[in-house]
Amino acid sequence: MNPRRKKRLTIVASILIALSLVSGLVLYALSQNIDLFYKPSEIYNGKEGTGTKAINGQRLRIGGLVVPGSVKRDENSLKIAFKLADMKMPITFDENDPMITVKYDGILPDLFREGQGIVANGVLNTDGYIIEATEVLAKHDENYMPKELEMDGSKTSMEATAKGY
Amino acid sequence: MWKWLHPYANPETTYHLTGRIIPWFSALTIALLTIGITWALLFAPADYQQGDSFRIFYIHVPTATLSMGIYVGMAIAALCSLVWQLRLADASAAALAPIGAVFTFVSLVTGAAWGKPMWGTWWIWDARLTSQLILLFLFLGVIALHNAFEDKTSAGKAAGILTLVGVINIPIIKYSVEWWNTLHQGATVSKMGKPSMSIDMLWPFIFCYMGFVFLIVVITCIRFRSEIISRNSMRPWVRELVLNQGVK
Repeated sequence: MNPRRKKRLTIVASILIALSLVSGLVLYALSQNIDLFYKPSEIYNGKEGTGTKAINGQRLRIGGLVVPGSVKRDENSLKIAFKLADMKMPITFDENDPMITVKYDGILPDLFREGQGIVANGVLNTDGYIIEATEVLAKHDENYMPKELEMDGSKTSMEATAKGY
Repeated sequence: MWKWLHPYANPETTYHLTGRIIPWFSALTIALLTIGITWALLFAPADYQQGDSFRIFYIHVPTATLSMGIYVGMAIAALCSLVWQLRLADASAAALAPIGAVFTFVSLVTGAAWGKPMWGTWWIWDARLTSQLILLFLFLGVIALHNAFEDKTSAGKAAGILTLVGVINIPIIKYSVEWWNTLHQGATVSKMGKPSMSIDMLWPFIFCYMGFVFLIVVITCIRFRSEIISRNSMRPWVRELVLNQGVK
């Protein structure tokens, strides 16, 4: 390669390497703040990595799975309360998992259901680990399949559980 | 080693070559997109959770991934133009920028339209959405720089530097959903191993995706040709071309 081109290539390459180092470090430093939400266990134990704990009365977003059987609706209004647990693979729920109660008064997104991923925005009350939410958003996963297949799938997975796999 | 590429560094050869390619690729684009979109919208099965709303996937995902693809292509062209000072690389980078901007914009708009019924919000400042918005601003900045200078060479240099700096954003967009907690879901098709999609939903996607790929190729060729003509307007071969065909 001719020396002028070589020089230009070195300059461009070194600028790029320096920039990616800088942005990598900046993103690493900010990594906890870029997270959109806290997980329920992180409300109890502090953020993974840094250990920053949310304080009483702090406004935050929480993300987790709606615990089946925990959804309580008010008969006369839109008020609803439900529990959120950490998402883990495979999806299982346990009594002893850290759970956060979310109280909300408003219209829920279509995808809201038991076992569904939810992100709620609200004020934390650490007394009973309750969040008074002003906004509830549904998070869906990256799996797409037709209805019939899903029923087949759940059937086989249920059979698998019955067999003790 | 690079000898076989040399004829294509000549604007005239490239101008005629792209001219011959365009009709074929246009036909391919129309065929793929017609089949793909019809299949996706009318015949592909509805999703078990999202019902028919998930069909926006067939526009949203190709435009979003290809907007990043266009950016990478533009960055490679910018690198070639900065280091080897290939005039044509510069012209191709200028040709690609507006197409990338449109694809990014479409991905953001379709994403918002999908987010409202499914998530419950048009927009949220999560890592994936924000980094994709930055990509749109990068494209707009590159377009602005290409038009900010009278002299095409210095315009190309300035825009090229911005393009290369902005490359950092591409891995951030791609891995944002893995590095941080986001509302946006993870990758369905472009990941290691099996795509998380049933096969009768995947086929129409492949058609749509390839259709958009060739759409980009066709529009790029058209824009590239007009860039070549406008940058070489003083050359004898262009004058001859205009005299032979008349000004359209």
